Amino acid sequence: MTVRELVDELGLNIFNAGADLTRRITTVDINRPGLALAGYFRHHPAERIQLLGRTELSFLAVMDPREQARRLFALCSYEQTPCIVVSRGQQPPDVLLEEATARGLPVIGTAMVTTRAASVISTFLEARLAPETLIHGVLVDVYGIGILITGSSGIGKSETGLELIKRGHRLVADDAVIIRQVGEDTLVGSAPPLLRYLLEIRGLGVLNAMTLFGAGAVRTHKKVSMVIHLEAWRDDVAYDRLGIDEHTQRILGVDLPAVTIPVRPGRNLAVIVEVAAMNYRLKRMGYHAALEFTEQLRRAIDEHDDL
Amino acid sequence: MVEQKVVVRLRSGLLARPAALFVQEANRYTAETFVEKDGKSVNAKSIMGIMSLAIGPGQEITIRAEGSDAEQAVKKLVEMVSKEE
Repeated sequence: MTVRELVDELGLNIFNAGADLTRRITTVDINRPGLALAGYFRHHPAERIQLLGRTELSFLAVMDPREQARRLFALCSYEQTPCIVVSRGQQPPDVLLEEATARGLPVIGTAMVTTRAASVISTFLEARLAPETLIHGVLVDVYGIGILITGSSGIGKSETGLELIKRGHRLVADDAVIIRQVGEDTLVGSAPPLLRYLLEIRGLGVLNAMTLFGAGAVRTHKKVSMVIHLEAWRDDVAYDRLGIDEHTQRILGVDLPAVTIPVRPGRNLAVIVEVAAMNYRLKRMGYHAALEFTEQLRRAIDEHDDL
Repeated sequence: MVEQKVVVRLRSGLLARPAALFVQEANRYTAETFVEKDGKSVNAKSIMGIMSLAIGPGQEITIRAEGSDAEQAVKKLVEMVSKEE
C-alpha cells in the first residue's frame, strides 16, 4: 500500500509534486502530531500518517519562526513517515512544504474536516491493509451464501461454478480468489482485478461471465461463509453420511464451516452445492436436520423400550 | 519441497499463450506446483492464477513444487520461462 494509491483512490491533492509517492503505509493508525509540534518527540509514532488540522496549523502559525523551522524539520525527518495530510482545504505553511520536499515527504491535502478525514482514511486503510491471501478455488454466491469451492486442478470447480451461474447464482471469482480478513471473524473474497468476471472452462477457454450471462450473474466481492471441498471419490475413505459433526477449515485464522464432497461422474455437483447452501441457512435459522433426525430416532427407541 | 528462483526471459512474459503452455506443462506432473511473485503464490496448474500475477519479462519468480516428481517439474518449468523466445 503506497501513498500514491491513497491519493488516487481517495481523490486527494498533492502540494509538493516531486515528493516520493512510493512511500509505504504500514499501519491503519493516524497521528495528529500536536505534541511533536510542541517539541515533544519521545514516542512520536513516525510510522503513521501525520494529520494536520486547523488546531495544528494555527499553533504553528503563532510559533517563533526559528522554533517552527526546527520542529517542522524534525517532523519531516523520519523516513518511515508515509505522508503528511492537511485537512479542511487549508494551505500548508511554506516552511513545511520546503522541509517536506527536501526529504521527499509527500504533503497531501483534502477538503474534509479533520475528524472526518481521519475516519475516512483509517476506514480505507483498514480495508486495504487487512490480512490477505490468495486461494485456488471458485467463489460463488448461492442464495446469498458465499461458498468457496476448493479442490485440486481439474476436479470440476469451474464447471460447477458455470452450472451454478446457469441456475441463477452469481460468480465472484474463478480459479484465484483473494481473501481478506476484514473483521475478527469475517472473510471477504474477490477476484484479482485482472480476472474479474472471468471463468476458465477446459475446452472452451477463458469466458466472461458478465458479457455471457449479464450483470446479474456476477458480483465483485462476497463474504465467505463456508467451504466446499471437492475431491476424487475414493472407495477407502468414509464420507460423512449423517452430517452431525461440523467440520471447519481455517483460512487466515478464521474457522469456516467446511464440507468435503466426493466427486464421481454423474453426481450433479451444482445441486449439491445449492443444497449445502440452503442447509447452511437452515442451520443458522436454528434447524439442524441431522440433529433433529437423531433426536427423533432417540425418542422412537425410548418409546419402543416402554412397551 | 523443491524451489528455485528464476528471472523470466520469455519476451512477452507469462501472458496468454505462454501461460497456457506453462500451465499445460505443470499439469503433466503429479507434484503440487506453485509460482510466487511479490509474495503472492498461485497454483501453477491454474491458468487464471498464473495470469493474475501478470508476470512480465525480466521479473523474478519462484517456482516451487512438492511431490514425487517435484524435482523434474521445477527443472522443466524453470527451463520454460528462462528461454528467450
